[in-house]
Amino acid sequence: MSGTSGEKQGERPPEGPPTLGMKVEELTAFYGSFKAITDVSMEVRANKVTALIGPSGCGKSTFIRCLNRMHEVVPGAYAEGHVRLGERDIYDKNTDPVNIRRRIGMVFQKPNPFAKSIYENVAWGARVNGYRGDMEELVERSLKQAALWEEVKDRLRTSGLGLSGGQQQRLCIARTLAVEPEVILMDEPASALDPVSTQKIEDTMDQLKESYTVVIVTHNMQQAARISDYTGFFYIQNMGDPGRLWEFDETEKMFSNPDRKETEDYVTGRFG
Amino acid sequence: MAQAGTRVTQKGGAEPDFKTSTSARHWLDRVFTGVVFAATLVGLVVLAVLLVDVFRDGLPRIDWQFITSYPSQIVPQTAGIYPALIGSLWLLGLTALFSVPLGIGAAIYLEEYAPDNWLTRVIEINISNLAGVPSIIYGLLGLGIFVSMLEPVTGGESVLSGALTLSLLILPVIIVATREALKAIPGSVREGGIALGATRWEVIRGHLLPMALPGALTGTILALSRAIGETAPLIVVGAAVYLNYAPEGPRSDYMAIPIQIFTWIEQPQDVFKTLAAAGIVVLMIVLLLSNSVAIVMRNRFQRRG
Repeated sequence: MSGTSGEKQGERPPEGPPTLGMKVEELTAFYGSFKAITDVSMEVRANKVTALIGPSGCGKSTFIRCLNRMHEVVPGAYAEGHVRLGERDIYDKNTDPVNIRRRIGMVFQKPNPFAKSIYENVAWGARVNGYRGDMEELVERSLKQAALWEEVKDRLRTSGLGLSGGQQQRLCIARTLAVEPEVILMDEPASALDPVSTQKIEDTMDQLKESYTVVIVTHNMQQAARISDYTGFFYIQNMGDPGRLWEFDETEKMFSNPDRKETEDYVTGRFG
Repeated sequence: MAQAGTRVTQKGGAEPDFKTSTSARHWLDRVFTGVVFAATLVGLVVLAVLLVDVFRDGLPRIDWQFITSYPSQIVPQTAGIYPALIGSLWLLGLTALFSVPLGIGAAIYLEEYAPDNWLTRVIEINISNLAGVPSIIYGLLGLGIFVSMLEPVTGGESVLSGALTLSLLILPVIIVATREALKAIPGSVREGGIALGATRWEVIRGHLLPMALPGALTGTILALSRAIGETAPLIVVGAAVYLNYAPEGPRSDYMAIPIQIFTWIEQPQDVFKTLAAAGIVVLMIVLLLSNSVAIVMRNRFQRRG
């Protein structure tokens, strides 16, 4: 099973071959007849954190959900264009979205742990994906990577719903890591959390980019500036238009000297 | 005097905007508490009177002999409920066997898989309406399909035909209850599972079913209780009024406790009235026992969370 081809499959050792990046080409996403975003192209660099910012309702969440084919889970929703993971187009009709979602994990805005024990929360995804290694070891490793192990190691058999909001979110990160994805998508993972929990999640993210490619949607400009290497600004110029990727560049440039006026207005807090 | 724009500045002034006395509101609160308590009491009192009356008449008659004997018109003193009891247990078991998987399966399809179009909406409305169809109609349906058309399979007026008819009767209730339970699960659970690379069935099996089962089982318990007490459809599909044997298989003839009770009540002599009361007590004990089994099962699922 292990990597004979260029793409890695199955078990991935922590120090494996370089992580894959993603390439988005002219992506347009619909909810029924409503066009939510149009013509988005960007490159998601491997082992970097890419932040997506922009005012509410401009399609950041829609976009990030297109990156692992979660968008189409909403009835009536579909996307056109290409999204490549490495060389492979995840929108190719021969691509199985179930397989893609294991390789491109997602952490949601509101912590959504399963109504199961902490251990089961982490082990479940790995088990349905046929993980053949040592499950206890995987659970421990994933919880450590998500900086949650020390807090829960004595109560792995208690319900994940009994954790605090911040712990629940780190549990969701741990269960995402347990299926050993290559890319991790985070849709405002800290927006429902207190500052201390947010800090812990940001620290986690810093470590994650060593082994994973990370994309994060955030409303918090400081957060984007702190944690990301690249930043994409989504914007809707006229009411009713679909959202567009207005500007995309290295985070440093985006926050100090962006090319477009709207970007500057937004990152300096003049609107949004 | 006070204009809308200036009201704010008057806060805490001589003329407060709110009535300070709350005693009238508290009085109304107490009155309402009394009204809803009285409403509860009506149901409780009726049930208590019913139970006391039936138990006073029937309980002395219940002994091992009553449970294990066959009914008799000639010697009512030694008559028993054995074939009806076993018949009802057969009905209960077979009905649960058919209706629970079918009902929960249909609910899963409608809630988790079916596309939202006019056809599924028509089906949904129909299922809700079916829950309100009089049970005798189901009896006629069962007579047409299970007793006549499918006679080679069911054996005609068999306990299998009876159970299939009762299954049809309670299917809508189970479907509706299970759908409500599934609907109550937030979509974020489904998304969380799918985002890990699980298929829809894996999410249903791993998360949705365990979470929905308590609610689904509550509906199922109520539905099965109703089925076990049904008389009308069983009369139509040919439950026997008298047998001197208990059913030995699904294709066997059968009696049922409600029908046995009805037969006894029709007799003029008092001794039969006592038998009927004893039959009712047995029926209620069967009900309570089967319900407690289901409730224990439900609680086990709930605790597993």
